Amino acid sequence: MTGGRVIYRGRARGRALVSSAPLSFFGGFDLDRGVVTERGHPLEGCCVAGRVLVFPTGTGSTVGSFALLRMVRQGVGPAALVMRECDTTVAVGAIIAEVPCVDRVDLPDLDDSAELVVDGAEVHIDER
Amino acid sequence: MEILVALGEIYGAAELVDVGSVQVSGVSFHNLGDAGLQWLEEMAADGRVRAPTTLNPAGMDLLDWRAQGIDEGFAAQQLRVVAAYEAMGIDPTCTCTPYLVGNRPGPGEHVAWAESSAVAYANSVLGARTNREGGPSALAAALTGRTPAYGLHLDAPRRPEVIVSAPELGDDTSLWGALGCWIGRNAGGHVVLLRLDGAPPALACVKSLCAAVVTFGGSPLFYVEGHGPRPPAGPAPAERLAVDRAALQALLVELADGDDAVDLVCLGCPHASLDELRQLAALLGDRRVVVETWICTARPTADAARADGVAAALEAAGARLVCDTCFAVAPLDRAGATVATDSVKGCYYGRGHNRLRVHVGPVERCIEAAVTGRWR
Repeated sequence: MTGGRVIYRGRARGRALVSSAPLSFFGGFDLDRGVVTERGHPLEGCCVAGRVLVFPTGTGSTVGSFALLRMVRQGVGPAALVMRECDTTVAVGAIIAEVPCVDRVDLPDLDDSAELVVDGAEVHIDER
Repeated sequence: MEILVALGEIYGAAELVDVGSVQVSGVSFHNLGDAGLQWLEEMAADGRVRAPTTLNPAGMDLLDWRAQGIDEGFAAQQLRVVAAYEAMGIDPTCTCTPYLVGNRPGPGEHVAWAESSAVAYANSVLGARTNREGGPSALAAALTGRTPAYGLHLDAPRRPEVIVSAPELGDDTSLWGALGCWIGRNAGGHVVLLRLDGAPPALACVKSLCAAVVTFGGSPLFYVEGHGPRPPAGPAPAERLAVDRAALQALLVELADGDDAVDLVCLGCPHASLDELRQLAALLGDRRVVVETWICTARPTADAARADGVAAALEAAGARLVCDTCFAVAPLDRAGATVATDSVKGCYYGRGHNRLRVHVGPVERCIEAAVTGRWR
């Protein structure tokens, strides 16, 4: 179990989806399906719906906040966000879309099979 | 206000500061969808802005949308978005270059801007202070007249951390965009001090650099050594990187995935200035375009171009002067078509959002593509 900085407080669980590269929720996503479409991105073709999205930080479009809101309201948003350093665009997106979000978490190397639980500032791997 | 307090607490801001102006993103209904529109209409129920505020491009030309092929249903929703912003007291000039049409903060002024390219311009060219706000936090700053003082509002985070040496790039906007892309990919989110082996970038080139650098992961603040805003006093950056012209040209090739036959030419990303419009008219001369050609600009710039005669020249050549919107945010319904552009940022969003295939190169080459239909 490891603790970070709370961006938006909440509790969620889901399978990890780990990106080594920053993400832009607008421009690099199919917002109706919640699928990463950015060419050459490590998550290209992956669906974020219901996943605990683990990524370094947000980048690019400032519309990303609305894009996150839109995906969540359409039921294809991520369950939670775990970031190395959260930028303002993603932070405000998490707040208005009410997606649990935490950054500065010291996580071990994860793969996409890990089941993660986010609870406030705490993130832990469910070993079931 | 809850959004701002939350951000202030997260980022450890000691205070809120008054903002001189705001630029709001999240205007195209194509991007917002019903969820975004609903959120905005809730904000408009009782919200009124307390600082001069301008808007990002919408999903269509707000007056000439039928000619753009927009359907009635989309237009109705788009007009509701703009009406919600207007009800809050926001100037509905929809542009990514507010700094060209009157929203132009001064050195050291605190502002709250969204639109990543404009954030980079405000910080790096004008010397104003803004974080890369998300659309909703920019709107929150507009409604309260304030923003939490963290990040790029403070001195320490504005110090350069990496020196990037770059070659002479002349006036090729696409190469300046490639430099932005290279910085984004190689300097991470660090503030860069650019050491140029040549003249500082002209307006069109610095716009292109600002747009690309943030699109590809860079900080929305950089310095050009010996030119424009100067960094706060502090130790010189320890990390040094260098890029050459060949690497930037290779990037433009790597970004491309279009056919030789071009279906669409899109210029004016970020929105073209009057001088850029004059340059395009001069490049076209008395030739006519043979493929659909969009030249995107702010409506006040287009009005100036009409008074000047340059708009008539562009339209006589068959090009379309498109206001309030751009090919990165409008619904184009042209998936798979090949677009030629000089904008590295436009290349990313045209592909990502409208599923276009792209060529990116100098404006001269884009104009040749417009009049021949081929990318050469």
